[in-house]
Amino acid sequence: MSILQASHLALGYPDGGIIVEDLNFTVNAGDYLCIVGENGSGKSTLMKTLLSLQAPKAGTIVFGDGVSRREIGYLPQQTMVQRDFPASVKEIVLSGCQGRCGLRPFYNRAEKALAAENMERMGLTDLADKCYRELSGGQQQRVLLARALCAARKVLLLDEPVAGLDPHVTAEMYALIERLNKEGVTIIQISHDIAAAVRYASHILHIGSEVFFGTREEYLKSDAGQLFIAFQKAQAAESGVLA
Amino acid sequence: MIEKLVFYLQYPFVRYAMIVGVLIALCASLLGVTLVLRRFSFIGDGLSHVAFGAMAIAAVLRLTNNMLVVLPVTVLSAVLLLRTGGKAKVQGDAAIAMISVGALAFGYLLMNVFPTSGNVSGDVCSTLFGSTSILTLKKSDVWLCAGLGLLVVALFVLFYNKIFAVTFDETFAQAAGTPADKYHLLIAVIVAVIIVLAMNLVGSLLISALVIFPALSAMRLFGSFKKVTICAAVLSVVCAFVGIVVSILAETPVGATIVAVDALAFGLCCLAGRLTGGNA
Repeated sequence: MSILQASHLALGYPDGGIIVEDLNFTVNAGDYLCIVGENGSGKSTLMKTLLSLQAPKAGTIVFGDGVSRREIGYLPQQTMVQRDFPASVKEIVLSGCQGRCGLRPFYNRAEKALAAENMERMGLTDLADKCYRELSGGQQQRVLLARALCAARKVLLLDEPVAGLDPHVTAEMYALIERLNKEGVTIIQISHDIAAAVRYASHILHIGSEVFFGTREEYLKSDAGQLFIAFQKAQAAESGVLA
Repeated sequence: MIEKLVFYLQYPFVRYAMIVGVLIALCASLLGVTLVLRRFSFIGDGLSHVAFGAMAIAAVLRLTNNMLVVLPVTVLSAVLLLRTGGKAKVQGDAAIAMISVGALAFGYLLMNVFPTSGNVSGDVCSTLFGSTSILTLKKSDVWLCAGLGLLVVALFVLFYNKIFAVTFDETFAQAAGTPADKYHLLIAVIVAVIIVLAMNLVGSLLISALVIFPALSAMRLFGSFKKVTICAAVLSVVCAFVGIVVSILAETPVGATIVAVDALAFGLCCLAGRLTGGNA
């Protein structure tokens, strides 16, 4: 049984028209799915629907394999509010356990241990008492990743995880995500960086005027993939000329 | 000077003013941290103007207990304003500005058209800048303030972790199953209650100061949410106490004196923040 199966999904704005129709895809345990597409193609709407923040216009999303809809760890894009937020790394990572608390007002020992474990995993233990606003972009993303891991152990949904990071830190971030995937965490990643998607993902979902879902190998053979390869070759040729 | 203070402290109304003032300052500062961080600093201003308008209506209707009008109207406005933004047609800051100026004008208009006493401008001035009513509190008022104040503190402590999660990242909290909307509603209602209570103390024009100054001062000094919250609460209580004492000794207006002390504390915190690098 797959972790998540979307059938005949139609997505749209809450009080507007439909953006994408008849989406079909499945995510199995251990997959690394990249969702790519142009701006406005419905990537963010799909993400909100997967997180049950928004209802699909039609179709169904079925969760299985011991994963419920609340057990998706989410790495959102940074908001304005967070940039100068006075909070320590520890406080933020621990807040990932909030979903487990229900009405219980304080965190218990198991949740604190989980937070410590995930800080260790993301290499944040030394920064635990540092203020979030003083961290670098890459460190901030690692904090949010640790928080997401507190919310869910098995599945992570990453929304543009490298947006605004410099190339060096971007590579580190991708390596970190790849390592998590190898450790058995299922990754669903939204990105418009098709080059990285082709490099790291096991499956690709391309939404937009043309919809494609399949493994990376199938994607490279498809029309959309061919187009991308041609574009990349042209770019490589261009930079060759410039160099 | 001390003798003068001891002399005044013999009177129960001075002690009541102290208790109520400190409690209100404490509550306002606790919620101030989340309001400032969510970019809702002006909510205090907006809501207090609404409360001013509602007070004018109550006065015109000649209600003996104006809380019956003021509290529900303010709570309703708070809920409307603090509802999760983004969906509203009018942007958050514009909505607050609109409601606050509108209510102010409406209230002033009503007070002039249907004057309840001979001294309209005196009435208006005392509602805006805090009257001497803090010094004329009855025992029942003190109990009401103390009860509500303690309730607010208790709620804040119980929901502290949830308030943090919702303030830092609303979408994440929602995705993880925390009903962010309900907590926003709770915060909105508490803010409205505090503002109505605080109108007695500093008047409707100066309430924002109680909400934002302690939070901003604490943020200059500390880098963790818990430390900022505790520091804001302590600062606010100290400033309110000092403000009331000074106003008694120097015979200055209570509200304005408290706010002046808060502003002074902010300046000192800025300086201290520079020196320590803002990460004590």
